[in-house]
Amino acid sequence: MSSLTDQRRRRTPRSILPWLATPALVIYVGFAVIPLVGVFALSFTTWDGIGAIHVSGLTSWRAVLTDPGLPHALGVTFMVMVVSWLVQTPVCILLGTFMAGRQRYRALLGVVYFVPLMLSSAAIALAYKALLDPNFGLGAGLKIQVLSQDWLGRPWLAFGVVVFVVSWQFIPFHSLIYQGGVQQIPKSLYEAAQLDGAGRIRQFFSITLPQLKYTIITSSTLMVVGSLTFFDLIFVLTEGGPGDATRVLALDMYKRGFQASLMGPASAIAVILVLVGLALALMLRRLGGRDAGASQLEGA
Amino acid sequence: MALSRRTLLGLAAGVPASAALAGCGSSGPGDGGKATYWYLNGQPQEGVRAGAVDAFNKAHPKEQIKDTTFQNDAYKTKIKTAIGAGKAPTIIWGWGGGTLRTYVKAGQVEDLTPWFDEHPEVKKRLLPSSFAAATVDGKIYALPGETVQPIILYYNRKVFDQVGVKPPKSWDDIMDLVPKFKAKGIAPFSLGGQSRWTNMMWLEFLFDRIGGPEVFQAITEGEKNAWSNPDAITALTKVQELVKAGGFIKGFSSITADSNADQALLYTGRAAMMLHGAWSYGIQQARGGDFVSDGGLGYMNFPPVEGGKGDPGNTVGNPAQYLSLSSKADKDQKKIAKDFFAKGVLQDEEVKKWIDNGSVPIRLGTEKLLAAAKNADFLQFTYDVATKAQTFGQSWDQALSPTAAETLLDNIVKLFQLSVSPKQFAANLNAVTST
Repeated sequence: MSSLTDQRRRRTPRSILPWLATPALVIYVGFAVIPLVGVFALSFTTWDGIGAIHVSGLTSWRAVLTDPGLPHALGVTFMVMVVSWLVQTPVCILLGTFMAGRQRYRALLGVVYFVPLMLSSAAIALAYKALLDPNFGLGAGLKIQVLSQDWLGRPWLAFGVVVFVVSWQFIPFHSLIYQGGVQQIPKSLYEAAQLDGAGRIRQFFSITLPQLKYTIITSSTLMVVGSLTFFDLIFVLTEGGPGDATRVLALDMYKRGFQASLMGPASAIAVILVLVGLALALMLRRLGGRDAGASQLEGA
Repeated sequence: MALSRRTLLGLAAGVPASAALAGCGSSGPGDGGKATYWYLNGQPQEGVRAGAVDAFNKAHPKEQIKDTTFQNDAYKTKIKTAIGAGKAPTIIWGWGGGTLRTYVKAGQVEDLTPWFDEHPEVKKRLLPSSFAAATVDGKIYALPGETVQPIILYYNRKVFDQVGVKPPKSWDDIMDLVPKFKAKGIAPFSLGGQSRWTNMMWLEFLFDRIGGPEVFQAITEGEKNAWSNPDAITALTKVQELVKAGGFIKGFSSITADSNADQALLYTGRAAMMLHGAWSYGIQQARGGDFVSDGGLGYMNFPPVEGGKGDPGNTVGNPAQYLSLSSKADKDQKKIAKDFFAKGVLQDEEVKKWIDNGSVPIRLGTEKLLAAAKNADFLQFTYDVATKAQTFGQSWDQALSPTAAETLLDNIVKLFQLSVSPKQFAANLNAVTST
């Protein structure tokens, strides 16, 4: 078989290789770069989505940047990002470490934990909305007074619910990443630690956690950048409410663009979202350090 | 014949592309002798709409209408996008008012005034109050169709008997009833507050009863600081008083109207009253078991407010649903659409179906049919409210431009949460409606 692949490799001249990227490049340019440029251009216009587009310079930007709704939406976005990171990461690391064991029941549990990720965000939001209904939901059904709260009607409770449901949905995915990370750690490290008399907890903090450094960075990048695009779940669950307590930036963009017919300001927000996302991704990459590709076997 | 790899690849690449092209083509104009028509799905209304199209297609073999249905919220976005992209259907279904105005300003819908002049019989058989929301700057841009849906104050007779009180005859009565129901552990009013427009209905009535229809009229006409009208401030204050008194069910901000949880609160007797659209009757009937058939459901027009200027017979809600004609449609399509407007909309068969569903079609002279229907009392009540009202105010979120409506809905939620004062509320809205 190896001779066959050799032959094939010889038949493909090196000059062709870059061309093989063309389809991906075309799709990327067509579906990412061009719309991005379009949105950037739209942010300098006034358009209700139906009539003519008027170039209006910085009007839309001024409207967005002077709107007290923007710092609020940015604040909510960052709060959701940070709080859901704080909730998810420890749980995911523990779950991932637990699932990395070889026992059969752990594999079975791993499958069960994975279920939330396979449901669509809209379905999850609808289900939670029904469960949290103060009059007909879980609390009322089980006659547990504590559960019969005005969950989605009070700003902080609604925020908490959003973080909880987001975490419920994404913990499985990140646990899986950590499980993979833990399984990569060489057994010899644990054997050495055991010889030195380190207990389980000591092993976890001195070996597992440091060895997971790059996994943590990968998972955090996904969480942080992903949280910028939270839309469907929050849209169905609270529609940004009550008032604007859970109105994250992506939702703000949709509401301005498609509900209030203000395409200019909505485009400006889209541009801001792209910039924030890029900045965060770059920052996290820096955090990973330049030795991200180096061997991790020495430990951190 | 041996299939070469190239043929296979060509097929593989060609099939999805042509399927995609076909998908694009069918949604836009340019189908030749066919007109397109988009409307909302959801039974029982969808069936009536589809029935009217089928009947027209059968009667006019050379003029075919192809209908496509959408879900309510999805449709609102889809139709705007389609019109903006020049891919509007020939016949555009809508709610009239502010959204129609934006279509008109963009030159996307035909002026139907000359057509109505040629077809006076069409105009004569429809409820006159339904035309206001179809009219922009004195010209008619849509054909009113389907049913009239005023907002009605529903109440649970059984709960009223149980507590030993009578339905309210005035705003003061409402405020007096609140502690009486609360003492028995029953919420005075059910409200699906998360849906926002549900809260709005309260303001629509209070503005009308306290200041008369002129107050909101001034707002739609873009008069400066119209929201700060003293009567408007009084109305906003009254709503907050009701909230503070505990008039609405606990947790109303997390209840949605889409799930019909607010309706369930009324028919299960957990709430005594509810302000809701005429369509709620059908829902109570379908879901409330024998609640409606046992006479448990009471209904009335919103009571007057002491010292108010508005006529207590006035109502608010949806005066009709509206059909506009896309100005981008070709000549054939326009002809088909106009024929449909004249000979396809609200024909006898459709009228009968609407009545069977518990709604009142906007066609005049249906009294006999209404009286013979299963829900005659309620239908007669709705018909009377709609025809006798001096002013039939259109739902605010439809009457205003989409931009103003969105700000309005956001602020209404804050008003009901007591997180903005009436004055702040007025200031926030003056900023968007008078520009």
